[in-house]
Amino acid sequence: MSHPITMLIVIPAFNEAESIGPLLERLQKEGHADVLVVDDGSTDGTGETVRKAGVSLISLPINLGIGGAVQTGFLYALENHYDIAVQMDGDGQHDSAYLEDLIRPILQDQADVVIGSRFIEKTGFQSSFPRRTGIKILQFLNYLLTGRQFTDCTSGFRAYHSKAVSFLSENYSVDFPEPEALIAMSKKGFRILEVPVVMKGRAAGTSSIHGLKSFYYVSKVFISIVFEYFRRST
Amino acid sequence: MSTIAIISMIVSAGLLVFIVALTRQRKIREQYALIWLAVGFLILVFSIFNKLLDFLARLAGIYYAPSVLIVLMVFFGMVLGIHFTLVISKLAEDNKKLIQEIGLLKNRIETLEKGR
Repeated sequence: MSHPITMLIVIPAFNEAESIGPLLERLQKEGHADVLVVDDGSTDGTGETVRKAGVSLISLPINLGIGGAVQTGFLYALENHYDIAVQMDGDGQHDSAYLEDLIRPILQDQADVVIGSRFIEKTGFQSSFPRRTGIKILQFLNYLLTGRQFTDCTSGFRAYHSKAVSFLSENYSVDFPEPEALIAMSKKGFRILEVPVVMKGRAAGTSSIHGLKSFYYVSKVFISIVFEYFRRST
Repeated sequence: MSTIAIISMIVSAGLLVFIVALTRQRKIREQYALIWLAVGFLILVFSIFNKLLDFLARLAGIYYAPSVLIVLMVFFGMVLGIHFTLVISKLAEDNKKLIQEIGLLKNRIETLEKGR
């Protein structure tokens, strides 16, 4: 990369009107000019908040699910030739202070994909017990299939080199994509690295995964991971 | 000819007419009409030649001939279900791509309009 490196921050948002304002303000204050919010069919005026903040906005006419929203961000990053795309949640759980840590391994050509993990140093918001159990199960399955220990395979705080962005723009599932994308990317030979981050609890709003949906989440991801493993790479 | 044979002949003929009518009005695509026409035709054949069912039952070692029908129906239902799942999955994928493309285009239009 000879020209100045460009980085796009992709923030998927579904009904995050309350928490996204402060996040965007903070990013602007820190001098991150290239921020894209993908509004996944929100009904609470998330799009308006983003527009008022003067941040680039893609508003999807119909709710796709977080994977579909993030993938739209990847397509945008690809169209606009960004070198690096960072995915960050819109609910305030991800701290922009870690952006540097997240992209450094890519800049130093040590990794193509960097994941912010809350379980390396085990500080900050650690999620609830059932969730950690679910994450452990997925982690074990990931380990069986890739031989690698990812401590936080569900983390949506990630940085991608444009090669990985290009791959994911065609291979990313619409709902709960994070764990299976790891398998697909390992198989594809991308270098994946985890760096420690501290996550906060949600600033506002409620998580999209709760109750029965958690069971659906774990089983769906379980099956996707297994299928992803046995799928012929394209 | 037994009453049930006559009833099933009428029903299958009705099904065939219904499918043809729907296809003619372009309410069903030809590719999907095909599978239903095949079903209607098969039922018609079985109701006209009811000895065929007994023959199939003996062939498969089934004592009670009508249960051949049930087996066939369940099998057909499953095949159709899988077929529909395929169609829906393809539609969902196409739909996703369209939604994403619309989002990207809207963003581009807004950017262009701001620039003027």
